[in-house]
Amino acid sequence: MKVIEAKNITKVYNADKVPVNALRGVSFSVDKGEFTAIVGPSGCGKSTLLNIVGGLDSPSEGEITIDGKDLSNLKENKLIDFRLNKIGFVFQSYNLIPVLTAKENISLIMELQGLSKKARDDRAMELLKAVGLEGKEHKKPSELSGGQQQRVAVARALASEPSFILADEPTANLDSVSTNNLLDIMAEMNREKGTTFIFSTHDQRVINKARRVIKLDDGLIVSDDNMVLNP
Amino acid sequence: MYLKLAWRNIWRNKRRTLITLASIAFAVFFASITQSMQLGTYANMISNSVRFYTGYAQIHKSGYWEEKSLDNSFALPENITEVLAGNKSIAGMIPRVESFSLVAYGEKAKAAMLIGIDPMKENELTSLKKRLTKGQYLAGNENSLMMGQGLADYLNVSIGDTLALIGQGYHGINAVGKYHVKGIIETPIAAFNDQAIYLPLATAQFYFGMEDQVTSLAINVDDEAKLERLKAHINNQLGSDEYEVMTWREMMPELVQQIELDYVSGRIILFILYIIIGFGMFGTFLMMAKERTYEFGILVAIGMRRMRLKLLSLLELVMLSFGGVLLGVIISLPILTILHFNPIPISGEYAEVYKKFGIEPVLNFSISPVIFTDQATIILVLSLLLGIYPVWHIHRLRVVEAIRS
Repeated sequence: MKVIEAKNITKVYNADKVPVNALRGVSFSVDKGEFTAIVGPSGCGKSTLLNIVGGLDSPSEGEITIDGKDLSNLKENKLIDFRLNKIGFVFQSYNLIPVLTAKENISLIMELQGLSKKARDDRAMELLKAVGLEGKEHKKPSELSGGQQQRVAVARALASEPSFILADEPTANLDSVSTNNLLDIMAEMNREKGTTFIFSTHDQRVINKARRVIKLDDGLIVSDDNMVLNP
Repeated sequence: MYLKLAWRNIWRNKRRTLITLASIAFAVFFASITQSMQLGTYANMISNSVRFYTGYAQIHKSGYWEEKSLDNSFALPENITEVLAGNKSIAGMIPRVESFSLVAYGEKAKAAMLIGIDPMKENELTSLKKRLTKGQYLAGNENSLMMGQGLADYLNVSIGDTLALIGQGYHGINAVGKYHVKGIIETPIAAFNDQAIYLPLATAQFYFGMEDQVTSLAINVDDEAKLERLKAHINNQLGSDEYEVMTWREMMPELVQQIELDYVSGRIILFILYIIIGFGMFGTFLMMAKERTYEFGILVAIGMRRMRLKLLSLLELVMLSFGGVLLGVIISLPILTILHFNPIPISGEYAEVYKKFGIEPVLNFSISPVIFTDQATIILVLSLLLGIYPVWHIHRLRVVEAIRS
């Protein structure tokens, strides 16, 4: 079952002045349960592709379909609601709301979805336990380490029970212990719950954990190595 | 969650928040003091003029206010006084005869304002007896008078002396009489101190040759807000063009203008103050918006609609602003309460200036709730106006750029 289907995506920045082709006709699809890394050197278009897949940016040309829904037809509020319910985001570090505790950061998503307080509390605690942060629910981001913050971010991304999670260089600011810890948690969730993860990275430790690696260079997919399909 | 989020966002930068709160509180404090002093002074001016003399309304024979002649006096129909006496809005009625006469003692003479009063009723409504500085208050129909301190000083008279009055009475007859000085009064109105002579009503009517006639019936009310309705009611009861009913605002337009002019000048000062404070508030609001661009981007990315984010931002500004207002009120209220119950007397040259303009030389302070609701409203409007910037910032936010910032 396809979760993401991208057809001939191009993205041109600064089209009126000095055009920069960030993506040049990228097509790919992601099935449910994949653990995919989008890799490539800096400036190859990884983040742009992730932004487009996540509905944060729109392609100059091409079509992006999530769960069968064409994102280009959605107005802003519908697109925000779509992101809220269908896509989980993990950005680089410092992406938690600093004035909210770990539990409140996770609950915020569910409050936006309109869940009751009890449902929010129960799920937030369940997710904190899943990412190994039980007992840290009342800690604010500033009281957590970088790795712990990213684990809260993963829990927050999972809170809305999305179709997939997009992680933009999630380990960029983490030490190796925290990186391994975070990757283990994401891999376990992928394995046990079938959560779909797509992350951009140039961290070899992350690439090694991925079961599919899409390599971008100069705005084009230069290789798509699916270890499940092509072991 | 939104309230919690807004509250915690306000306290992200404690020092900045405290400075902003202090600046708003200072503005509210200064504005409250200024406005309290203005309203207190106006209330005193009105009280001096209205409660002490004109009353909140007066009934005259038509044309009297234009031409204050004894020939425009009238005998009040009994049925009208009965009807008015039954009206609960009316705190009291005072019949008077007013005209001018020449007053002489020894070799000195001066034009004086002669007022015939019902001593009991006059005292009930204007507390005239309290103004007595020497001698005794008028008891009833007697051949005595009370006079202003200034006039007594000018004529160099004291209690027990006899004054000669000469003037023109009703329909041009000669009015002549000799009266003992029974009391000397000092009023908050300088003109009264220098000119007023009070006679018992019947004595004044006899002096002017106008038995049972009065020139005015002053009316006091328990609540000024009811005045216009009461005027319409009295007009309706009188039911003829023979009488005119005038409120104090109509009788003393110069006082109303003086108050309005002063009020406007006070407002201009407050406007300048709030502009200065507004810049300080804007600086805070600007920083609160700018430094959170990344966070706003994250919130929109993960599923918070911009409208919610805008409302959250406005909620923060309103909470911060009202915190300042509350602080300002907490500081100013006890000070104003003390000043309200302990007016500051003015002395020296300033006191003379006040007297010259007919104002009691005292700084009065009001504690009317309107002083504080005014500040709250101004700050609310100001914060909403300044809140346009963060709202605009969120409206124009480009999520991808914000996340990269």
